[in-house]
Amino acid sequence: MEYRGYTQHISRQFNDELEAIKNDLLEMGGMVERQIGMAADGLLLRDSALAEQAIDVDRSVNAMEISIDRQCGNIIARRQPAASDLRLIISIARVTTDLERIGDEASKVAKMAIKRAQESDTSATSRYFAQITEHVTGMLRSALDAFARLDTREAIKVVLSDKTIDADYQVALGDMKDQMRHNPHCIDAALDYTWALRSLERIGDHASNIAEQVIYLTEGIDVRHKSVDELSQLLDSVRASGAHAH
Amino acid sequence: MDKRDALIRLSGLKAGGDRSPPDLEVRGLSLAYPDNENALREISLAIPAGKITSVIGPSGCGKSTLLRCFNRMNDLIEGAEYTGSILLEGQNILARDTDVTLLRRRIGMVFQRPNPFPKSIYENVAYGPRIGGIRRKRQLDAIVEHSLRSAALWDEVADRLYESALTLSLGQQQRLVIARTIAIEPEILLLDEPASSLDPISTLRIEELIYELKHSYTIIIVTHNMQQAARVSDMTAFMHLGRLVEFDRTDTIFTNPSRRETEDYITGRYG
Repeated sequence: MEYRGYTQHISRQFNDELEAIKNDLLEMGGMVERQIGMAADGLLLRDSALAEQAIDVDRSVNAMEISIDRQCGNIIARRQPAASDLRLIISIARVTTDLERIGDEASKVAKMAIKRAQESDTSATSRYFAQITEHVTGMLRSALDAFARLDTREAIKVVLSDKTIDADYQVALGDMKDQMRHNPHCIDAALDYTWALRSLERIGDHASNIAEQVIYLTEGIDVRHKSVDELSQLLDSVRASGAHAH
Repeated sequence: MDKRDALIRLSGLKAGGDRSPPDLEVRGLSLAYPDNENALREISLAIPAGKITSVIGPSGCGKSTLLRCFNRMNDLIEGAEYTGSILLEGQNILARDTDVTLLRRRIGMVFQRPNPFPKSIYENVAYGPRIGGIRRKRQLDAIVEHSLRSAALWDEVADRLYESALTLSLGQQQRLVIARTIAIEPEILLLDEPASSLDPISTLRIEELIYELKHSYTIIIVTHNMQQAARVSDMTAFMHLGRLVEFDRTDTIFTNPSRRETEDYITGRYG
């Protein structure tokens, strides 16, 4: 059945605990979004200070992961959540892991940014990097919005949009190969960009995972490893049933 | 032949694995009392054989009333009127010509508070088979041992079989009552809040016992304890105001129920 939100338990304390953990998750999501922005700008603008900040934020992201995990454990031990409450806790635990990994990928980009900023070689760059950054950040924002609003339709769209990121990544990768082929002196810089692009692509995968957890939370359906066709059918059935942000 | 097989042969009991517990099907069952016209309303469900089915719901929802229908305990209430049917192997057990004594042999019941007879441990278990005509001491001994072993009590009482059953702890008394029920070879076990008066460790022992017994019996358990239902049962029925709201696999009921009333009840929300 549709997710009813975490309010209205007879135990107000339980409501408060669920609200607190959900707020923490969204705060962690906001942190990670900012971290991606800092790391990507650090690389594009050759701004190592910005990149350092992204790495600093990762420490806070890691601390949030541990704090949210602890809260999940406490709620399971003390409340034995069931049905939608159980799905909420399971999905929060999974989303937390994805956010922490996004933080790690952003840190990798930040490290590339610091390295590039320290070197004078500007022979290679990726004209697709900014565009893919924008897409994956948008994907992550939509996934987190879908989580906050319990919006199944939006979540399905996020999952489906991962294919676009994958396609963009292949194009960007082809471009980097071309640059390396035409100018072997740029290989060092081009490899750094290639790894940074790879991190963005992974961030897209994690954003897609987060959206999958929204669908699990709202509909009780596990869509991990489902094909695009199966997801499209699910989107159609959600549209037909009129489900939307609860 | 191991000791269990020898005991089974000697006692004349059927081995759990050798028989298939029967299906039980409720069709359009309603029950009215003079002071409650809607004690049960149009209940239909098929209770799977050899599985544990839990019935949960708030106080007064009719779950114990439903359980008592399965061995006609509600007949004892003046003016109780059934409509619909309960089919045991295709026969309507609510029919007027049903032999209720025989029915209660086939469908045994264990209540909330352990109710051992004020007799020895041995006599509690031997009582039923003796009433059923078994007189040979050797055979009765085998039945008592087999039943107590099946109820996971033998090791604790083997050296004190002739002591009063009332000297046992509450948890042991409840397992003794289960042994007493098993001794007359029922096919279906009805358990009405069987652990509600027990401490957590005794409760876990009873739950473990229920799990062991499901290989030989169809078990229906009424419980207030939702976590107990989640732990022990294969299927769960949720009842409210005399109606069956939802009946599904326990995994489904506790992770993704389809009815809002079920969701509200198991998550502790206001209705």
